[in-house]
Amino acid sequence: MFWEKWLLLMILLSSLIPGLIIFCLKETSHTLRTSLNIFSATLKLILVLTMIHGIYLGQDYILKINLLPDVDLILRADPLSALFVTLSSILWLLTTIYSIAYLEGSPNRSQFFGYFSLCVTVTIGIALAGNLITFLFFFEMLTLTTYPLVIHRGTSEVVAAGRVYLLYTIAGGFVLFFATIWLRTIVGTVDFSTSGLLTPYIAERSTTLKIIFMLLIIGVGVKAALVPLHGWLPRAMVAPAPVSALLHAVAVVKAGAFGIIRIVLDVYDLQTASDLGLLSPLIFITTLTIIYGSICALRQDNLKHRLAFSTVSQVSYIALGISIGSPLAIMGGMAHLVHQGLMKITLFFCAGNLAETLEIHEISRMNGVARRMPYTMGAFTLAALGMIGIPPMAGFVSKWYLGLGALSQNYPWLLLILVVSTLLNAAYFLPVIYAAWFKKQEEEWSKNPERNTGLECHWMLVLPPLITAGAALAVGLLANSDLSPLAWVRFIVTKEYGL
Amino acid sequence: MTILGSNSMLVWPIILPLTAALLAFIHRKRSSMFGIGGGLATVLATMGLAWQAMEQGKGIYQLGGWQPPLGISLRLDGLAILMLLMTAITGMAVSFYARGYFQSRIARVPVRHGLQKRYFWPLWLLLWGALNNLFVTNDLFNMYIALEMVALSSAGLTALSGKPASQVAAMRYLLVSILGSLSFLLGVGFIYRNAASLDLTTLPTLLTSGPDVQLAVAFITVGLLLKTALFPFHFWLPPAHANALAPVSAILSGLVIKASWYVLLRLCWAFSPMASKSIMILLATLGSLAILWGAIQTLRQQRLKMLIAYSTVAQIGFLFVFFPLLPGSPIQGIKAAIYFALSHSCAKAAMFMASGTIFLQLGHDRIRDMAGIQQLLPMSCFAFSLAGLSLMGLPPSGGFIAKYLYISQAINQGNWWLAAVIILGSLLTVAYVYRVVAQLLSPKIVKGRQQREKISSSMEWSALALALMALLLGLIAPHTLGLLEVI
Repeated sequence: MFWEKWLLLMILLSSLIPGLIIFCLKETSHTLRTSLNIFSATLKLILVLTMIHGIYLGQDYILKINLLPDVDLILRADPLSALFVTLSSILWLLTTIYSIAYLEGSPNRSQFFGYFSLCVTVTIGIALAGNLITFLFFFEMLTLTTYPLVIHRGTSEVVAAGRVYLLYTIAGGFVLFFATIWLRTIVGTVDFSTSGLLTPYIAERSTTLKIIFMLLIIGVGVKAALVPLHGWLPRAMVAPAPVSALLHAVAVVKAGAFGIIRIVLDVYDLQTASDLGLLSPLIFITTLTIIYGSICALRQDNLKHRLAFSTVSQVSYIALGISIGSPLAIMGGMAHLVHQGLMKITLFFCAGNLAETLEIHEISRMNGVARRMPYTMGAFTLAALGMIGIPPMAGFVSKWYLGLGALSQNYPWLLLILVVSTLLNAAYFLPVIYAAWFKKQEEEWSKNPERNTGLECHWMLVLPPLITAGAALAVGLLANSDLSPLAWVRFIVTKEYGL
Repeated sequence: MTILGSNSMLVWPIILPLTAALLAFIHRKRSSMFGIGGGLATVLATMGLAWQAMEQGKGIYQLGGWQPPLGISLRLDGLAILMLLMTAITGMAVSFYARGYFQSRIARVPVRHGLQKRYFWPLWLLLWGALNNLFVTNDLFNMYIALEMVALSSAGLTALSGKPASQVAAMRYLLVSILGSLSFLLGVGFIYRNAASLDLTTLPTLLTSGPDVQLAVAFITVGLLLKTALFPFHFWLPPAHANALAPVSAILSGLVIKASWYVLLRLCWAFSPMASKSIMILLATLGSLAILWGAIQTLRQQRLKMLIAYSTVAQIGFLFVFFPLLPGSPIQGIKAAIYFALSHSCAKAAMFMASGTIFLQLGHDRIRDMAGIQQLLPMSCFAFSLAGLSLMGLPPSGGFIAKYLYISQAINQGNWWLAAVIILGSLLTVAYVYRVVAQLLSPKIVKGRQQREKISSSMEWSALALALMALLLGLIAPHTLGLLEVI
């Protein structure tokens, strides 16, 4: 049908075209830019919801574009991509609202929002990619569209950090490029499927397949910030708050984690991966990342840096769930894709509010800040408790399923890791919460008169974190309902992977 | 191969620019009009020819109806069509750029730039005609003539800027070019002595192997390598390309170096069954060295035009590394190389054009003093960045497709070091392109002139159009490469 085919393209174009228009807008046409932003984000969300409805009814959306005589760009909406697409488009809408208020009055806004829209287009492209080439295609573009956002402030420190970011991600991109082509020369087209594409080659080419797997994981692992490839992430914290929020919750880090899911489940498939003995090393790396990230987070006084290392640790839960390989663990990992996104974006929004309104960047200066900014800190507290994994927040659900999955696969020692990680999470989040609510204010915060308008700060800065924190609570509380991410993930695991 | 009838449009892309060159030389007041008009007519003729070729298929056209060995024959096939189209697109964009360029410069220094303009158009149209002739010729001596025409007109163009540095560079360029042509001619002489024919279609069957053929191959190869500036023969290229006028640099780097490379490719293809493996490996080794050495030199440059020129030295290497892939599956290797040539041509010309605009604005091209130029010339900086994207080989661009084809062919044939060199070369390309783009896109305020100079908008638009073309090449590959297979 005509409509089914073009819906995917329209989802991409709904942010690409506004992005290109925004580039051409004058700096001063604030109203036009804002309404275009909000309009396109809403339109995208509506289109995505239409698509989800279709997928639920069993509709298959697929679009092929010939890139080379024997290479197709395939956009395909399977339930897993729907999960990521929905997350991206909801959080994009909220982040857009947030950025409009956050960047009010700062220079180069047309450029910022232009790249912002391109970045979302590319992320959606990653989510919808139907084969490895398409994934690579958008994955590399993600580097290029996020770089201008990272260096948006343009000071020399920022540019230096941007250089590190570019170095890591482009080098990773080339590794992925090489591995993708190599795999292609062996197997032919590498469409994402669960049908055991590589099974015929296990016997003869097992070493080659192992090396390719390693290269593929290194390629996406740079963006997923797997230790020791995570070096760019704390440095990239120089980006404006909404960019960090988007990078950590949806775009870059999440795209890396999503790539690991695709490679393990849809390129190699679980059976092949475990036959080749590839899952155990992956479990080792992800647990290492989880513990290492948390320990590093403990030592940071800068709030955004602490959040960054927390991301390093938390995103690895996703990969851990996949590499454990039992249905429950996979559910936990995939659900964490959404859960971590909601919680982490809340935390970054809140950190941005503190920095923007009171110019607080360090945790040591946060004493008593909750009395000044109750809504922001309320959202922060909810999200942080969720990260720790306190029931009934979203983080608890993920960890519960990961734990059950580990047990069912006979990895009892992983429970220990989960417990240690939870304790570490508590150790780096609880003091912040305690200081904000219960300690006395020790020093004057800077007064930013423009921002003090009755509410603690601009309503467009307060609303998004409240919504995302509420959502993080809701997906945890209502995890058993039919509309929760967990239910959708269960649908994916049972229907798509037949586990 | 079929003989094309007299209704073939094959001669028009050669005749039209040559005629326009004469007219532009005679009517000096209207030289740009003839330049643009002649260019448009050539583009139309090329497109018509491409369309005709898709209808009728490939073939041989005998000039004046004379058959070889007496007559000269022209050959029409997919490879030739692609090269003609590449020249037409890049050439037309450069022509529009040049028109704006001379307008903007004549507004400042009328006399000197008036003179430059007067000689630019005839020389450039002559060069265009010569290139087109070279791409379709099927006769070794005719090839020599075309190469010589290309050499003379491009040396003249190089000298146009009139600065002492550019005159020294142009003189050196001329000498190297003529040396190369003579070496080529010597080789052709040996071949004629051996086979008594210069027609490329029949030569492979007529040649009897012997020491004279080996000598001929050596002379021809060395001559062409000199002209293409493959490492270690690259010494003349950076000063010549960097000191020329901006549109001339775009032509030299985008098109002219591909002329002698094309001849080598054509000959290797024609003789691929009997070509010795060691020559192919030698060419690829030199290419790899060019990629690495050129990139390291590029990283050290402080001036934008010099940087772009050195980057050409490195990129030429990519044009040569495919030679060992030829014996295995010629068409696959050629696909990769031709795609690289197409996207490099658009991207490099766009880079030189954008850098010319930046030079005109700032009055210098020191890279470290360029921060903030984006606010004054957003479109040129955008064009440069897009062209850089293609050079780096990132999606969605022609460079990405080319590198994809290269690496998959290399892996297919088990040529691991080749794949490694290409990846390493691409990373180095990222490094030097980033050095420039980071400055161009920096949000700082530009030093020096704060107001936008009088810069014709056609200069900015044509650079952007070419950069977009380099990007578009990444999306139309099935059609472009289809030309190689269909005809």
